[in-house]
Amino acid sequence: MDVFDKLKILTDAAKYDVACTSSGVDKRAGAGGIGSAAASGICHSFSADGRCISLLKVLLSNACIYDCQYCVNRSSNETQRTAFTPRELAELTMNFYRRNYIEGLFLSSGVLKNPDYTCEQMIETLRILREEYRFHGYIHAKAIPGADHRLTERLGMLADRMSINIELPSQRSLQLLAPDKSKQSILAPMGYIKQRIQEATRDIVKYRHAPKFVPAGQSTQMIIGATPDTDFQILNLTESLYQKYKLKRVFFSAYLPVAENALLPSLDTQPPLWREHRLYQADWLLRFYGFAANELLDGEHQSFNPFVDPKCNWALNHREFFPVDVNRAEYEALLRVPGIGVMSAKRIIAARRMATLQEADLKKLGVVLKRAQHFILCGGRSASLIKCSQQTVLRSLLSQKTLALYRAQGGLAAGAEQLSLFELPAAQAITLLEG
Amino acid sequence: MQVRSEVTYRYDGSFEGLLCCVFESYDKKEIPADILLDAAPAGLLFRDRTIVTESDKAQRVLASIPQKMGRDALFFIRQAFLTCLPQKEVQLLRFMRLGYQHGPAVLQMLTDETVSRLMKAVRHLERESHLLKGFIRFSITDNVLTAQIEAKNIVLPLLAEHFCQRFPEERFLIHDRSHGMALIYQPYRPMIIAVDEWEMPQADETELAYRKLWRLFYDSIEIKARHNPRCRMTQMPKRYWKYMTEFAAENSAPQREIGERKKMNAQRLLPPSQA
Repeated sequence: MDVFDKLKILTDAAKYDVACTSSGVDKRAGAGGIGSAAASGICHSFSADGRCISLLKVLLSNACIYDCQYCVNRSSNETQRTAFTPRELAELTMNFYRRNYIEGLFLSSGVLKNPDYTCEQMIETLRILREEYRFHGYIHAKAIPGADHRLTERLGMLADRMSINIELPSQRSLQLLAPDKSKQSILAPMGYIKQRIQEATRDIVKYRHAPKFVPAGQSTQMIIGATPDTDFQILNLTESLYQKYKLKRVFFSAYLPVAENALLPSLDTQPPLWREHRLYQADWLLRFYGFAANELLDGEHQSFNPFVDPKCNWALNHREFFPVDVNRAEYEALLRVPGIGVMSAKRIIAARRMATLQEADLKKLGVVLKRAQHFILCGGRSASLIKCSQQTVLRSLLSQKTLALYRAQGGLAAGAEQLSLFELPAAQAITLLEG
Repeated sequence: MQVRSEVTYRYDGSFEGLLCCVFESYDKKEIPADILLDAAPAGLLFRDRTIVTESDKAQRVLASIPQKMGRDALFFIRQAFLTCLPQKEVQLLRFMRLGYQHGPAVLQMLTDETVSRLMKAVRHLERESHLLKGFIRFSITDNVLTAQIEAKNIVLPLLAEHFCQRFPEERFLIHDRSHGMALIYQPYRPMIIAVDEWEMPQADETELAYRKLWRLFYDSIEIKARHNPRCRMTQMPKRYWKYMTEFAAENSAPQREIGERKKMNAQRLLPPSQA
């Protein structure tokens, strides 16, 4: 099989992995080397599904001994199997990199023979890149659950970021669909990586040239909609991964049916993209806006409102917090206003030192007035929230398209209190599992 | 109090030249209606005055900027000079006047029309150069990396640092067709020079094979069930596509049809440190 066929098969097999970011580390090539990385990350292309391409995202091999029901590479799936040799893959990476097609390599693999052997093959690929080509670009490596700690350690010394996919958000879902994995087999290596990152950070304080262990941190991903886990459960898990395991990113992947199986949603199920979208919005609120998971959802409201984003939803349900005075409020309070983001909040803080802000000024600062107007006090003018009913505010927050959908659900007839209790839109409703 | 004057300045398009316009504006206690390039067609309404670039005047203004409004303001002014903002010269003159008046705080006057417009232009410049850091595609012939772009802003000075760090041991060339300039690098010696006409070299077999591999990767990575061309277009505007390998026809270099383009003298447009 030539390298063209291998690339096609092993790209196809890797594309369901969400992470393709190259952020979190700033570095440049040393003398005689090649490659650098930018902390902000650089996207080199966007595929026709609109997702960013930043790394050469492939599997080392798609031959896997496991039989996870949701996965295209499960051993029971009849598909063509192949593997790159470490040298083939390193050469491909370098040639793509020099042409500026990519920012580096995302290397994952099916479990070939056993976890240790797979990990050794990955290490060899990274060793060729780092030592022979003196490559300083970005490398994201998937840790292989079950591999020896010493191998994980070595892989981590060669990579910039490591990830272990949680895949399914609860132990029960794992038992059901990935019988070869358990919560423990995922969380143990995740905990180990966290501990090594912390040790390496301490060493750097002591010795300036201490080798770095996954300097861009650790990430993970979960599949949304293959099992009945709710948004509330997923968001809580996400929050605890940030807090307890110090993850840099948690990615979400709307479930795409790739197998006919009684345990899984049927093959004609549409991927719950809107749910994935809401989770990303909420994730952003956790990481940059100072929100806690239980502020956005709670035991009674386990699902996101499909019509408005989580921040708007929170604002509409916490009218006592508003209006926020843009000329006086703290940064944290500004961030809670719909239509004000991190950048515009910072600009507001800077600009109001020089002048009292009027509503017209806010536009220049990047505030989305359409949303913000209801929640702010500005230059003596009061917010329209005080005068308008919640329904009026909501109506002005929704786009024409969403409004039509909302009306079709009888949304406007329902009381304002029902705001976060919407039924899911029928067209996008997901088939949940029994029980 | 200076009044808006009935005069239009003409200058040579260099950063030093603009500094001399600032000198003139203070010297004559006037704010010109506009500042135009020497080569621009004559206007009907205002008198023209040609401002000659004199190094010592430029130096005096240059030295005063960090003193009066801080190093960040000087950096900002240099960036703004590279943008494609219409009438950037006269806007920059107004900005510097604000800076001399208010000091470093000028960078926080975000609601001022001039400051806000220049900030927006600089963000546009930074965004374009950030996108190009990803979207530029090199071809390799005889171990030299070559690429072409058509940028709206003068991005090469911003790209220089990035690519020199990335490929310290390589030889490369990036040609900006819209401004007639090129960034040329050989180990540890970057240069930006004027290059009007330049053709990409013929691709050899290896080059063609890697282009094909890249297109194969690009096509395979899409998840068909999530097809979303509008999202792609938002993230990667179509004007960048014509230089990108993944959109080229089988085995050929990217398509290049080019309409009218401005030709400028690269050396004169660059700040002295980069020319």
